[in-house]
Amino acid sequence: MATIKVGMADLNICKSPDMITTLGLGSCIGIALYDPVTKIGGLAHIMLPDSTQMRNNTNIAKFADTGIEELVKRMIAAGASKSRLVAKIAGGAKMFEVSGLSAIGNVGERNALASKAKLKQMGIPLKAEDTGLNYGRTVELYTETGEFRIKSVGKTVKTI
Amino acid sequence: MAKFDLNQVNDMYVDVLREIGNIGAGNATTAISNMLNLKVNMDVPKVELLTFQELPAAISAEEETIAGIYLEVESDISGSMMFLLKMDSAHYLVNRLMGRPDDYNEEFNEIDLSALKEIGNIISGSYLSALSTMTNMCITSSVPYLAIDMAGAILSVPAIQFGQFGDNALLIETEFGDDVKIQGFFILLPDIDSYDKILTSLGIQI
Repeated sequence: MATIKVGMADLNICKSPDMITTLGLGSCIGIALYDPVTKIGGLAHIMLPDSTQMRNNTNIAKFADTGIEELVKRMIAAGASKSRLVAKIAGGAKMFEVSGLSAIGNVGERNALASKAKLKQMGIPLKAEDTGLNYGRTVELYTETGEFRIKSVGKTVKTI
Repeated sequence: MAKFDLNQVNDMYVDVLREIGNIGAGNATTAISNMLNLKVNMDVPKVELLTFQELPAAISAEEETIAGIYLEVESDISGSMMFLLKMDSAHYLVNRLMGRPDDYNEEFNEIDLSALKEIGNIISGSYLSALSTMTNMCITSSVPYLAIDMAGAILSVPAIQFGQFGDNALLIETEFGDDVKIQGFFILLPDIDSYDKILTSLGIQI
């Protein structure tokens, strides 16, 4: 089993029996897509909710909207079927209890909302999520089973 | 409009920014030394333009637990300041401040966390006050916020700030410590517009 690592503002896909992971999600979101028949999995590590709000938006893996679109495209090209794709997401924490409603303070929450809205718009069911709160998460998508494991500091491993 | 462009950071800018790190962190290191009655040294500051792939692992492995103190920088310039400590250093500093034996290693209680924030507050304040004097600008900061978590998760906060403007983060990073017990980092992250103001205030033509 190989392990594929996805960085910040990055995305990639893999096939069973490989595992795909991204380390230390804070306010960013890890979006895992999975086709249970072909056992193709994909993971995007997005940082910001909406590419249309930014002038500098060439890095499509950085945004929830363009990142999910690209991930779906890559998975279909690899043989996955769009109608079978299911999604699980994690991250979107508020790392520092910054007061007020500054753009940075609630970016985690906005990332989660934007990711869910994009999945809904593309007709991809969201099977499970572990978002919000105030701690970082490492996520691992196992393409053999579709399990999405979430590890945090001082907490037991969660499988969704 | 900001004229400062992250893609055109030349050697002169780097030198000036490094000098800011030098004076700011020098002042902050002196503040730690005085507060804890320790001899603390600092390294030559690094001015780094990092991609988002590189930033989360800039100071330690992405999943290593660190203590991060974050302050928003306000008034004439805006941005943020981070003070990051390896966990054993954080314990050591808190033990010094609380008058405990150096090897005491229990999980932080509420008062310890508050002490850690205060350490962050005092030394970030020293850093910013040096910057303020040097540039003749009014620079204030928010109350300190603390997170003890994975380095990658903590550094995602400044990464997102830079992510709004481009695909790189420019940071002025200074490592400090003593020979064995302490290892920590100051990171100053001015917003893109603030780089203009800082450089202009120091007489640099952009």
